[in-house]
Amino acid sequence: MTLKEIALKNLVRRKSKAAFILAGLVIGVMTMVAVISLVEAMTSDINEKLEKYGANILVVPKTENLPLTYGGISLGGVSFEMEEIRQADLARVGSIKNASNVAAMGPIVLGVIQVNTHKALLAGVDFKASKILKPWWQVTGTLPGEDGVLLGGEAAQVMKLKAGDSVEIKNHPFTVSGVLKSTGSQDDQMVFTRLSTAQSLLGKQGRVSMAEVAALCKDCPINEMVRQISEVLPGAKVMAIQQVVKGRMETLAHFRKFSFGVSGIVLLIGSLVVLVTMMGSIKERTDEIGIFRAIGFRKSHVMRIVFIEAGVVSGLAGLLGYLGGIGAAKIAIRFFFDSQTVSVPLDFKLAGSAFVLALTVGLVSSVYPALMAARLDPNEALRAL
Amino acid sequence: MTYIVAENLVKLYQNGHGPVTAISDINFEIEAGEFVAIMGESGAGKSTLLSIMGAMNAPTSGSLRVDDIDIYSLGQDQRADFRREFLGFVFQSFHLIPYLTVEENVMLPLTTVKKPGRIKKAMAEKALTSVGLQGKNQRLPNQISGGEKERVAIARAIVNQPRILLADEPTGNLDSKTTREIMELLQRLNSEDMTIIMVTHSHECAGYTRRILAVNDGRLVESG
Repeated sequence: MTLKEIALKNLVRRKSKAAFILAGLVIGVMTMVAVISLVEAMTSDINEKLEKYGANILVVPKTENLPLTYGGISLGGVSFEMEEIRQADLARVGSIKNASNVAAMGPIVLGVIQVNTHKALLAGVDFKASKILKPWWQVTGTLPGEDGVLLGGEAAQVMKLKAGDSVEIKNHPFTVSGVLKSTGSQDDQMVFTRLSTAQSLLGKQGRVSMAEVAALCKDCPINEMVRQISEVLPGAKVMAIQQVVKGRMETLAHFRKFSFGVSGIVLLIGSLVVLVTMMGSIKERTDEIGIFRAIGFRKSHVMRIVFIEAGVVSGLAGLLGYLGGIGAAKIAIRFFFDSQTVSVPLDFKLAGSAFVLALTVGLVSSVYPALMAARLDPNEALRAL
Repeated sequence: MTYIVAENLVKLYQNGHGPVTAISDINFEIEAGEFVAIMGESGAGKSTLLSIMGAMNAPTSGSLRVDDIDIYSLGQDQRADFRREFLGFVFQSFHLIPYLTVEENVMLPLTTVKKPGRIKKAMAEKALTSVGLQGKNQRLPNQISGGEKERVAIARAIVNQPRILLADEPTGNLDSKTTREIMELLQRLNSEDMTIIMVTHSHECAGYTRRILAVNDGRLVESG
């Protein structure tokens, strides 16, 4: 006969109480595991989507001028009077340490043109890079060739042009190959053409006004990439589109805080369930504890019995809570995400944490009941019978 | 040889109206190997005296020495060790642990003793044989009769071969035939040099002992 056997036999005997404690802790751990798994899955999904979201780094010429704006996003000091970036210099970006994280780089040359009676901003872009940099573009028609232009939705409306129409720009005939569906950005008011065409039209061969970079920064610090690009392009100002990065981080941070708050409350309730149930159990076992003490059990022996019971139930709760939490997260993901790529993998670190957390909560919640049991006066306990 | 010495034992309890005297100025000596009955009316202070002798209830004043150890000068853990090594308890209502088998109940006082499991089992087997309960080791308390429960309680009390057995109304819940059997068993244990102190109402049971300490209104009125 050992203290462990006494504790285990008592658990078997008081199945309903043990089950109640188990349920309280399992729900707490399950909630925590489910929430953490969901947050992790969401983070992963958001990161993956952000990688496809477009440019997150801008390269603009250095300037002392006040920044111009582009659709509400800071474009730095782009100015038509200032020097532009040499297109050949942009190739150096391919040599930075995190070059493999650069998904696409799109040089842009900007200039003012006259289309019919309207003045407009012409942007020469690399349409191949645009597929990555501006994945939200939807074109009615096709992307332009050598002598074609792509009109923003609003520009087409104002100029009364549609795909297939002919237009003259700086005495050169062009065909409207396509019209952009409304994007809600300044792209709607612009005229796009191939980079080389625009450079030729604007007399800016080998020069670009700015460049957009899409960095895959799920696991790389974007500020570090900004630093690396700045080093290879000393004449340019490189900046992260902080709105995107900070917005993403803040949203996730808020969600994370909220989730941990909810998990904490559920765990607290779980620990109260353990505390109350254990105290009830100790009161029920006054006679038994009185006998233990009368026949020579020390206070520490009585406490050890209580802790073994709590430890066994809590450990089991940790294991079941982890499996339940993963299961709940897998089910919840079907409701939260339409993407088939989001998954909840088995995470041994999380499993270990869940086990340790359940054990800690169970044991800490049992400290007071254990002390209560140990402090029982054997004489009083036996006299009360 | 004088084994237990009680000197000027006083126990006061507090109730809503002030202190109540449970026992007052009790002095006695018990020799090693004696079989003593403590008798008295309900509320006379018998059980209080027994619990003081059981190292479970510190007197308000006075001292109790067993084998020259001043019991109440010991700390709580040392008193627990003293109970385990020196004393065996037989409670009025058996107080067996319902979810443990007969054998496990008997082995309970050995739980905290550092001995191999097979030795503990052998000690339990010996105690059960001594009370005539061999072969019922694996039964649960609810599967045996009242007399058998009392025997299990006695086996549990003697399993660690204590020098003193304290029994509180050990036959209070038994019929007369079983009472006789239990008293003969206690007499036999006493003949094997175990000091036995038994609280009882029953003159018949007291007849099995060698000496009676009569308690009345918290005072020792007769010792002989």
